[in-house]
Amino acid sequence: MSEARVEKLSGSLWNGGVSPFGVGDKKLGMWLFIVSDSLTFTAILIGYSYVRVASDNWPMPFTIYPSIAFASVMTFCLLSSSVTMVMAVAAAKKGNHASAVRWILATMAGGTAFIVLHLYEWMHLIEEGVTPFKNPWGDPLFGGTFFTITGLHMFHVTSGVIYLGVVAAGFGRKKFNDEDVEVSGLYWHFVDLVWMFVFPLIYLLSVKMG
Amino acid sequence: MSDTATAHAVHHAPTGFIRKWVFSVDHKVIGIQYYFLALFSVLAGIVLSLLMRIRLAWPNEQWPLLAKIFPTGFEGGLMSPEFYLAMVTMHGTIMVFFVLTTAPQGGFGNYILPIQIGAADMAFPVLNMLSFWVTFLGLVALMAAFFVVGGAPIAGWTAYPPLSALGQIAGPGLGTGMDLWIISIALFCVASLLGALNFIATLINMRTKGLSMTRLPLTVWAWFTTAVLALLAFPVLLAGGILLLLDRNADTSFFIPAGLVVSDRIINHKGGSPLLWQHLFWFFGHPEVYIAILPGMGATSHILSTFARKPIFGYRAMVIAIFAIGLLGFFVWGHHMFVSGLNPFTALAFSVITLSIGVPSAVKTFNWLGTLWGARIQFTTAMLFALGFVSLFVAGGVTGLVLGQTSLDIQMHDTYFVVGHFHLIMGVAAIFGIFGATYFWFPKMFGRMMNESIGKLHFWITFLGVYAIFVPIHLAGITGQPRRYAQFTDYAYLEPTAGLNTFTSIAAIVTAAVQILFVVNLFWSMFKGKKAAENPWGATTLEWTIPSPPPHDNFGGHVPVVHHGPYEFSVPGAPKDYIMQNEPPEAVPAH
Repeated sequence: MSEARVEKLSGSLWNGGVSPFGVGDKKLGMWLFIVSDSLTFTAILIGYSYVRVASDNWPMPFTIYPSIAFASVMTFCLLSSSVTMVMAVAAAKKGNHASAVRWILATMAGGTAFIVLHLYEWMHLIEEGVTPFKNPWGDPLFGGTFFTITGLHMFHVTSGVIYLGVVAAGFGRKKFNDEDVEVSGLYWHFVDLVWMFVFPLIYLLSVKMG
Repeated sequence: MSDTATAHAVHHAPTGFIRKWVFSVDHKVIGIQYYFLALFSVLAGIVLSLLMRIRLAWPNEQWPLLAKIFPTGFEGGLMSPEFYLAMVTMHGTIMVFFVLTTAPQGGFGNYILPIQIGAADMAFPVLNMLSFWVTFLGLVALMAAFFVVGGAPIAGWTAYPPLSALGQIAGPGLGTGMDLWIISIALFCVASLLGALNFIATLINMRTKGLSMTRLPLTVWAWFTTAVLALLAFPVLLAGGILLLLDRNADTSFFIPAGLVVSDRIINHKGGSPLLWQHLFWFFGHPEVYIAILPGMGATSHILSTFARKPIFGYRAMVIAIFAIGLLGFFVWGHHMFVSGLNPFTALAFSVITLSIGVPSAVKTFNWLGTLWGARIQFTTAMLFALGFVSLFVAGGVTGLVLGQTSLDIQMHDTYFVVGHFHLIMGVAAIFGIFGATYFWFPKMFGRMMNESIGKLHFWITFLGVYAIFVPIHLAGITGQPRRYAQFTDYAYLEPTAGLNTFTSIAAIVTAAVQILFVVNLFWSMFKGKKAAENPWGATTLEWTIPSPPPHDNFGGHVPVVHHGPYEFSVPGAPKDYIMQNEPPEAVPAH
């Protein structure tokens, strides 16, 4: 199998009509989108690192309890939703439509919980006086980077919840196939993975020391 | 595995006008839409450049008519320096994004690539349509900047902060106009990265039987590499655009340093760095140069081989060189920042990598010359423009080696030498690629031939014209004439360049006027030109095996099978001097 694949890629045996990487158009398209989108996040996270390293009074306001504990609960919600997404894809591959739809709905619930908790945290920080242009503790860019990065991520989670809703509805009515579910899963895992960079860089590195 | 890949969206030919010509999902119609969007944009961009050239050549001349159209920009009949800067900004933005990025890739790439790989359409036809219409919205947003309070932005096509980040107080056009500019570019980024994704998926998954990667035409390799660059470069500009928009509208200060005083007011921002924008912008901006020029290289290789009636010299080296240029292009952005305050060691690294791009560029140039060596060349208009491309690529590339060295760049930076360099290499050379591609593929796209006599006249005047414009510009730059100034009469040391400026402006006006020949030829031939045969040039690739213009699904329902490489010209023992890619092997004697 793999040897035949190598031959096909490198030589004249190419027969057309088959994806050389065994990946359908939609899945390939989603992977390419993920590559592109990850560069948007990379650019913004590098920008954050750049201004943070250049600053001499970057605030470190978060305490382990309640700030980090709260963010950890959010992280737990999001990561759990990745597990339910895996279950959804597995059920879809088995052709079990009802079960797949239920697992997607569970994933959407996890994503929604994350958004609600996140917004609650935002409100709390705004009450404490953190805005994109000032905060009570130090460099004003702390708020700017915090709201920009978590906001961009939250926008991705929100889009993902809507996207999953569309996929669940389409898969339930058999308009979409199991590959569509898998592709939406790719996006969802990507959004979770981005959070695994945001959480340490924005939260854990801003924990109050001593 | 195979069932997912073969289940490509097959759509039927639409019948209504709207679905057929406006919201079409046919890659051929979308390609033509991109082409006309770029044609409109290039004409607008030329008008803006002429306004600038007139201002430079005749600094004291009054223009009462223009004063009526732009009362604030032409107070007293004379173009204000701020209005001049708005022209600089809009000319650059329109040309770089909506012409040089749009026509070669969105236009010709969209039309030709699926046919050259034997596919019925792109992998995602609806996404393709959306990419075009989002690009269109981007153009509308950009053009709208002319008509809002304050007019068009004056921050240049690079939109350097703090100028671009502070809003109305920093100058005219930096309020709503600047916001529209950022929104336009953000839309363009989204459209381009979605388009790029579509190109890559199409190329990887939809090649027809027998078309292995080593049989791809060089045009396809160029469009593919361009798509990879666009996929990786535009998201970074998008990120920069988001941050800039927030600086302007949410009072963040990513790009605004502390302690700025603008228009006698203290700016209440601190902590940011204008250099951060330069890094984000040029991480996009340098690959963007290759996004503009690579499709031209592809088209040039293709046209040279076809009209030299010889196989392209060093096919594999050409493919490797395209990739090498694309790859190196991501590691040289710092050479735009030599005077911005880089660590000298960083600048040295950027300088060395920059100069190393000369190697794959030279490989391409010598392979083009090798292709031409000893050939009985057919001097069609398309061929002339391809030869012109090689000339301009060398002329513009050599000055790149000058500017790539920090010690020289520090002298030349922000002079007309830089203007001359990038206009030749990414402006005019890429435009020659577009012209060559137009004359070459027009018969396929519209089913008629363009007029060759008018075409050749168009070529010769344009070719001499662009050198007449840009050689004096290089000279003015060496003299030390700075960029972006509306007027040089106040500087005694620039008195000797006044004649050069007038000469440049006259050359620009003549060269621009000659483009009317092209536009007339284009539209006249579209309706009245001689009917084109299936393969008027005796070319080898798959687009020449189908009717001109092609049917809705390109190959009329059958799947072409490829048996030959893309450039089998003058094969000894073959009945004709070319072997088409789909000719069955038994029709051609072994060689």
